[in-house]
Amino acid sequence: MADTTSKEMQVKEKHEVNKPEQTRPAPIFTPAVDIFETDTEITLLADLPGVTSDNLNIDLNDSVLTLTGDIEPFENPDEEDLMIEYEVGQYYRQFTLSEIIDQNKIEANLGDGVLRLTLPKAEKAKPRKIEVKAG
Amino acid sequence: MITSRFFDFPTLGWRSHFDELDRMRQQIDRLMNDTERQTFRVPGTGVFPLLNLTEDKDNYYLRAELPGVKSDDLEINATNSNISISGERKLPEENKGARFHRRERDSGRFSRAITLPGKIDSDKISASLTNGMLTVTIPKAESAKPRQIQIH
Repeated sequence: MADTTSKEMQVKEKHEVNKPEQTRPAPIFTPAVDIFETDTEITLLADLPGVTSDNLNIDLNDSVLTLTGDIEPFENPDEEDLMIEYEVGQYYRQFTLSEIIDQNKIEANLGDGVLRLTLPKAEKAKPRKIEVKAG
Repeated sequence: MITSRFFDFPTLGWRSHFDELDRMRQQIDRLMNDTERQTFRVPGTGVFPLLNLTEDKDNYYLRAELPGVKSDDLEINATNSNISISGERKLPEENKGARFHRRERDSGRFSRAITLPGKIDSDKISASLTNGMLTVTIPKAESAKPRQIQIH
C-alpha cells in the first residue's frame, strides 16, 4: 500500500436486470466487465464474487456469448440481518461477438471471484498483411 | 415550502406540479410500507466496500464482495467494537497493444470502518477470502451473549 498515487475506490451499486420468466425468484445482476482485444484474441474479465467454477456457465452460441453465474447461499439459516448494503443474486450478461472465434481454444479461468475468458480469433479473422509486389 | 409560497401563481401552474409530486411521494411511501421488508436496506454510506452484517447467537458476520483482491493486499483491524477493513485492489497490467472495448472494473485503495452493536472478543476474530467474498467472523464477548435463565 505504498503506492500513494492510486485512487480511492468508489462504490458502484450493483446493476439489477430484469430477465423474464424465472423459476426461482431472485435478483439478477450484471457483472462489471473489462473487454479488450489484440490481433489474435479477445479477453474478457468479469467480476463474479461468490461464484464457484461449478456454478459458472459460459455459453457461446451463434456468436452470442452468455455468462451465467449462480450463487449458493452462504449464510447460515439462523443468522439475522443487522445491516444489509448489498444484495446477492445470480449474475447474467450477454454479448454479441462480431469476430469469428476459434471455439476449441476458448480458455476460462476463475480465481478470486474474477473470470478471465480468452477467446482466440479464428485463423481467417486475423488481419493479414498483404504484400504488394512491384511490377 | 418557501418556494411554493413565492411561486404560487395559479397562472404558472406551480401549485399543481407540487401537488402532483406530493401525491407521487405518498404513493411511493405506501408501496414501501406494503412490502414490509424485514431488513432495512441502508441506502449506502457511499464508501467502498459495501458491507453486510449479520449475527447469530455467538458471532457477528461481516461480509463484503471484493473480487480480485488478494489476501496480502487486505488488512483487517479490530479495536474494541470497531472493525476496519482497508486494502487495495490491483488490476494486473494488460498487454500494451490491447484495445479496450469496455472498462468497467475499477482499481484503487479502499478503507472502511464499522462499529458493531455489541462487545466483541477481538482475539478470536477470523477472516476468510474465498471466490472474492470476504467473511469476517467476529465472536461476541461472553458478556454480550444472550443467556438462557433457568427457572427452578
